[in-house]
Amino acid sequence: MRREGSPWTGLWAVFFKEMADHLTGIRMRILEGLILLSALAAVYTGTQTLRQTVGEDPYLYLKLLTTAQDPLPSFVGFLSFFVPLAAIALAFDAVNGEYARGTLSRILSQPIYRDALLFGKFLAGLGTLAVLLLALFLLVVGLGLFTLGVPPGGEEMGRAFFFLLATLAYAGFWLALGLLFSVLFRQPATAALAAIGVWLFFAVFFPILTDLAAGALLLQADPFDPESQLKQANLALWISRLSPNTLYAETLTAVLNPAVRSLGPILITQLEGAVLGTPLPLSQSLLLVWPQLTGLVSLVILLFTLAYVSFQRQEVRA
Amino acid sequence: MVVIETHGLSKRYGRVVAVEDLNLEVKEGEVFGLLGPNGSGKTTTILMLLGLTEPTKGEARVLGLDPMREPLKVKSRVGYLPDQVGFYGELTAWENLRYTTRLLGLPEGEAQARIEEVLKRMGLWEVRDRRVSAFSRGMRQRLGLAEVLLKRPKVAILDEPTLGLDPEAAREFLELIKGLKAEGITILLSSHLLHQVQEVCDRVGLFHKGRLALLGTVEELAQRVLGGGYEILVEASPGLEESFRTLAGVARVEAEGGRYRILASRDLRPELARIAVEHGQLLGLALRRPSLDEVYAHYFKEVAHAA
Ligand SMILES: Nc1ncnc2c1ncn2[C@@H]1O[C@H](COP(=O)(O)OP(=O)(O)OP(=O)(O)O)[C@@H](O)[C@H]1O
Ligand SMILES: [Mg+2]
Repeated sequence: MRREGSPWTGLWAVFFKEMADHLTGIRMRILEGLILLSALAAVYTGTQTLRQTVGEDPYLYLKLLTTAQDPLPSFVGFLSFFVPLAAIALAFDAVNGEYARGTLSRILSQPIYRDALLFGKFLAGLGTLAVLLLALFLLVVGLGLFTLGVPPGGEEMGRAFFFLLATLAYAGFWLALGLLFSVLFRQPATAALAAIGVWLFFAVFFPILTDLAAGALLLQADPFDPESQLKQANLALWISRLSPNTLYAETLTAVLNPAVRSLGPILITQLEGAVLGTPLPLSQSLLLVWPQLTGLVSLVILLFTLAYVSFQRQEVRA
Repeated sequence: MVVIETHGLSKRYGRVVAVEDLNLEVKEGEVFGLLGPNGSGKTTTILMLLGLTEPTKGEARVLGLDPMREPLKVKSRVGYLPDQVGFYGELTAWENLRYTTRLLGLPEGEAQARIEEVLKRMGLWEVRDRRVSAFSRGMRQRLGLAEVLLKRPKVAILDEPTLGLDPEAAREFLELIKGLKAEGITILLSSHLLHQVQEVCDRVGLFHKGRLALLGTVEELAQRVLGGGYEILVEASPGLEESFRTLAGVARVEAEGGRYRILASRDLRPELARIAVEHGQLLGLALRRPSLDEVYAHYFKEVAHAA
């Protein structure tokens, strides 16, 4: 049956309401505080290490983002830890919270479709995280300017832009997951726990599993045939790419480190004629991570679609 | 003009039949009561009328529109007050309504004016800047009705509007509903408190296990089920039972000493008074609308007997 009227009526009303809720909410305050503190710590150690080499490195600011010093991880390391948590925190009670407050049937009796409500909530989460990331990034650049005394180059800013974009896509994955669980589970606490469970799985257990799988695969290869070994290594790599964390990590590696020329095993023959150590231009780095980026975005779309379909089938009453 | 009509409307949840073969017509300007006990299918019917739940069979028309095909048009003309209406507790009354006007797509100036108008009308203007989490049940309910009015609806559908209100607040709320009727808004309300809403309803439909068992005005139903649309209470000398019974139009007489309860098909107060005075003293005389509770109980006792 064809529905009349645009599914997007009311989308912006929902978007602005949710965004205002997020930005003024106490939850956001806590997240901001956490992320800010850890980012400051990371940047501080970064600048301490980098002071010595100022002037020698053309990609000083990228280094600032990625330099880790024991026991502190880098800024990027902190971010990839916190972004999933922040996204889950914004989404886990998106739909079941409306049921619990008894607002859902009232809102859906206004002239809007469910599409607008769900998509508006997703966009608002994404918008909030984008604002947060941008603010954080500008802070880091500002601190860098202050402590290092050199302005960032154009190429560096371009790379940083794509780094932010990739981080947003990564955040989108966790946001869509949180949204899905908020549709599937009636209790917000259950939804939050389930989403954090998935996050733990990908952060801790999945690498262990892929390591085991890689080991097992390599055992199956003929020890005297490099071609079969390469095949098995590639297979293991593909398995590890089933995780959004791998996709994000690989994207960051190539975008933030111009010296990276490949994201998998390469043969020495493939490097023939290459001037080792020369940085890749941004466009080439992007070409390298294009599959990873699109993979990440498709995962987001897949999760959102699942959330959408299950929301459409739900009864409006609690 | 018929505002709401349904043909063979049915809804099943798996094997549970929530509504079965509902045929209903609500005319413009009418207050129609959808009455029945818990779980009899009132809310389900309402959700189907708003396009919030898809019927298993049959069809509904609201203002001539199909709620499944054109839900946006239906929902922009029909106001809905859900049972257990909820608001965003961390927002003020004003902000909650502001969100609704945005969803309705009203321009800024128009929205402000309408919010002020409905808040004043519902007596909530003084508390507009208070968070809704601090509202009492009665205030929430009035805020819900304010939201319904924000749309300037042609039809208002109210699910259990007096649920959880104390008798005084319920009476006030029903007065507000009468006010809407005076404005020409067609009203469909549901309730399981038959005696409470029977007064405001022009016509009622009594639900029983998903089926519409009885349909008509309260007098018609009382006439059909109890045999008399008028219930007259007489206090007089004892022993008048037989003389009362001989009057034309009397369906039933119950006597208890000097107190009589007479069910009749028209207002027989003058005749009854004359008989009472002729045979002794007349101490009291009152006409009562027959109670729907009684109609309901009586009807289903008979149905159970027949089965
Ligand atoms: N989502 C659902 N899944 C299964 N059965 C349902 C669902 N929603 C309602 N029902 C059943 O449908 C029937 C009618 O329910 P409905 O809520 O329409 O009754 P009601 O008349 O509004 O009752 P109340 O006075 O308690 O509000 C009930 O038997 C109920 O158990
Ligand atoms: Mg109900």
